[in-house]
Amino acid sequence: MRLKTGYVAIFFTMALLLSGCSSLKTGVLNPQGPVAKEQYDLIMWSIILMSIVFVAVIVLFVYMLVKYRAKSTDEEYVEPEEKENKWLEVIWTTIPVVIIIALAIPTVKSTFKLEKSPSPNQKPITIQVTSADWKWIFKYPEQGIETVNYVKIPANVPVRFELNAVGPMNSFWVPELGGQEYTMPGMTMYLWLEADNPGTYIGRSANFSGKDFTHMQFNVHSVTQSDFDAWVANVKKTAPKQTEAMFKELLKPGLVKEQTYSSYPDVDVNKLDENGKPILEPTTPHHHGTTEETKEEKKPENKSTDSHSHNHHH
Amino acid sequence: MKDFLFNFKMPEHFLVTGDPLIYGAQVSIVLASLAILFVLTYYKKWGWLWREWLTTVDHKKIGILYLLASLLMLFRGGVDALLMRMQLSAPNLNFLDADHYNQIFTTHGVIMILFMAMPFLIGLMNVAIPLQIGARDVAFPALNAVSFWMFAAGCMLFNISFVIGGSPDAGWTSYTPLAGNQLDPGPGQNYYLLGLQIAGIGTLVSGINFLVTILKMRAPGMTLWRMPLFSWSTLITSVIIIFAFPVLTIALALLTLDRLFGFHFFTLAGGGSPMMWANLFWIWGHPEVYIVILPAFGLFSEIFSTFARKKLFGYGAMVYSMLAISGLSFLVWVHHFFTMGSGPWINSIFSISTMLIAIPTGVKVFNWLFTLHKGRIEFKTPMLWALGFIPVFLVGGITGVMLAAAPADYQYHNSYFLIAHFHYVLIGGTVYGCIAGLVYYWPKITGFLLNERLGKWAFWWFTAGFNMCFIPLYIVGLKGMTRRMYTYPAGLGWETWNLIATIGAFGMGIGFIILVWNMIYSFRRGEKDTTGDPWNGRTLEWMTSSPAAEYNFAVIPKVKGLDAFHLMKKERAEGRKEETPEIKPIHMPKSEGFPVVMSAFMFISGFGFVFEWMQIGAFGLLGCVITMIWRSFNDYDRDYYIPVEEVKKTELAAGRRV
Repeated sequence: MRLKTGYVAIFFTMALLLSGCSSLKTGVLNPQGPVAKEQYDLIMWSIILMSIVFVAVIVLFVYMLVKYRAKSTDEEYVEPEEKENKWLEVIWTTIPVVIIIALAIPTVKSTFKLEKSPSPNQKPITIQVTSADWKWIFKYPEQGIETVNYVKIPANVPVRFELNAVGPMNSFWVPELGGQEYTMPGMTMYLWLEADNPGTYIGRSANFSGKDFTHMQFNVHSVTQSDFDAWVANVKKTAPKQTEAMFKELLKPGLVKEQTYSSYPDVDVNKLDENGKPILEPTTPHHHGTTEETKEEKKPENKSTDSHSHNHHH
Repeated sequence: MKDFLFNFKMPEHFLVTGDPLIYGAQVSIVLASLAILFVLTYYKKWGWLWREWLTTVDHKKIGILYLLASLLMLFRGGVDALLMRMQLSAPNLNFLDADHYNQIFTTHGVIMILFMAMPFLIGLMNVAIPLQIGARDVAFPALNAVSFWMFAAGCMLFNISFVIGGSPDAGWTSYTPLAGNQLDPGPGQNYYLLGLQIAGIGTLVSGINFLVTILKMRAPGMTLWRMPLFSWSTLITSVIIIFAFPVLTIALALLTLDRLFGFHFFTLAGGGSPMMWANLFWIWGHPEVYIVILPAFGLFSEIFSTFARKKLFGYGAMVYSMLAISGLSFLVWVHHFFTMGSGPWINSIFSISTMLIAIPTGVKVFNWLFTLHKGRIEFKTPMLWALGFIPVFLVGGITGVMLAAAPADYQYHNSYFLIAHFHYVLIGGTVYGCIAGLVYYWPKITGFLLNERLGKWAFWWFTAGFNMCFIPLYIVGLKGMTRRMYTYPAGLGWETWNLIATIGAFGMGIGFIILVWNMIYSFRRGEKDTTGDPWNGRTLEWMTSSPAAEYNFAVIPKVKGLDAFHLMKKERAEGRKEETPEIKPIHMPKSEGFPVVMSAFMFISGFGFVFEWMQIGAFGLLGCVITMIWRSFNDYDRDYYIPVEEVKKTELAAGRRV
């Protein structure tokens, strides 16, 4: 009897869940670009494969429970001499192997595919993303402009996001456009994304980075190429320039509103330490920490943005 | 020298202040401690406490201590969970602020894995393993006490953080650079490092102890291939512990050097590599997951076979699959950070190695199902938990395979989808296994049975609440909600699911309360287990009286095959004549005071280092070393013999034939 109550409870929970399925079409299950679509297809394929496993096990489970539950009629039960069965072992080893091969092949294909531009024939745009406590800074090296806590991209153009961090690691995630990648201090990584249509997509940090991490939500505005060009031109004309002092101020822990700048200073964030101070490279053997202040001023002489800092991790 | 000895740098807030919840906790801790001191003094129980518990080396009592501690920690970690679920029950709540929430999710994770799941299973091993292999105790009984008291010292040190000095708040993974001194100064993270370090010593020693116990102390006739599955799983787990825990020890030591002594292993300045922490942590952390799941697998195997009244199906396949899992457990750690730019080759290889784990795990599930085949399934409470494990662990397992596909993981990583997955495996596997094992061994531990009716209520409340809590979290994860957010904005479609999850969490809480109430209720009213074999068991632990005598077996049994006790009962039923072996004086270890003293020094040392009072830290370490040296010069008169007369008296009192 009690078992039956349990089944009823499970049934109702399932029914409740299924009724909510219509509202599922947001986030990961609402892919809005080729990268998210690629991942969505893999996710769906894995769900199909796993459903086979799920159904097989549950059917077997229920069958065993119903058929072999203790009844008052079988008090005379004598334990059967059943120990193992080679064929059964072979079957339930082989079938999972087949299922895993069926999942592993598209997994490996996708893994390599996602390393490259989703639309290789199209000229990409590069945007440098820096996470700092607790904000997102987007630099457009080709346009020379910078935004904070929002990013504008042209629709139907592959975007190469170059990711790095000042301070703790964060993870750059825009579920409707594609999977995430970490922003790490001292090591630049990249992530390809592309939006199929104009629209606004929510992004956030997926890796805990301290007190106000929760508020590291930002909007990705996808607009047509012409709107994008007009916006860039307007930013260049109307937005303020960002000085190095302003940039350093921005790196300090805290929350800021959306910001737009028509220029940004040439600072290699890969050469900043956890607190946004320049990492001192021992130039002379008798270097001591007391010269920190003077060093700090001399420091930003950056070779190039992709230079490997000595922290670059392999 | 004077400067060194008397320089106590006080942190900004020594006692945590400013929150009514914390004040309440501080007051109740003081009151509870006073009450315990009063009761012990009033009833003159200090001597009893010292003789019977603090100095015991009896594996059964140490097991009870482990189980008590883990139930307490399950409560603490559960309260943490409920506080988090309350904060997330609706958008934009201010029930907890960010700082408080960050501490709570950190302590929840650490406590549930290291101070609940692991000691719970080690407690059950202590209770059952020597009995199951027909031994009188573990190989090193005094070291076993060291294990427990080191765990207790680490656990207490970690737990006092929330009233003294503040709890760690960088997550149970404590990734650098966030967990480094530059971004998270103060005692909180030090508590994490030192609490885990001290408790980790205890775990490592346990691993060695059980490995030697199982390899060297099995009853005559019990070859490895006649060992019950719980013993097999403990053997394999011990090996994993011995290989994995030193990595944690090193990682914690390196970060401690960074934080307390200004080293640069993980800091950017000075050429450290923050990512090395993630690697070291998960090289330990992934095997750790199997450390807490394999013993549960072992328990399920015992329970399925007992309550289906059938020999375990595919015994050999069950053992080989555990060996395969333990090997693979060391080869998958990178799947915890597919999103840290390891490159397509590495991600592909680790995707596949992770998927491979599904094969031996699947083999186990099918063998369990076929153990039921043609059996006679009795739905007693332990069996209910074991049966409940199959579907929930299945959900956790298949979502685990989904997570293994690296490109898909870019979308799941650190989202609530991941949270739901690992709770499905850790609760559905480990916690179900712990509770199943606890209820199963309860009569052996206490001498009476738990109430079946209450047991079933506890199971259904917990199971319904559990699914109600975590299915919605899969969904909000796919909707983009990430872990460790202390609140969330309205309008993203997350509200309903979070509310359902919170209600479910409270359902689990009710299940837990019923479970504990059942223990208290049955303590007074429970049915006495006079036979020592309440479940019609198949393995040697059910051959002893309940609770087992101090020496476990008056005469060590001779094992003639798998399911040794079942074979003996069968022979008895067939009327085969039993020989009555002669009882001889029994060689037993004496109680020892040094483990608890040594651990007390370790606690003092840890506390000193947490606040960077190096003189206290050094004093504690010195005390610990001196205790060890003292013990090694007093290594005689540590054992005694129980005379035959006394053994016979004990056996007769337990209603046994002598």
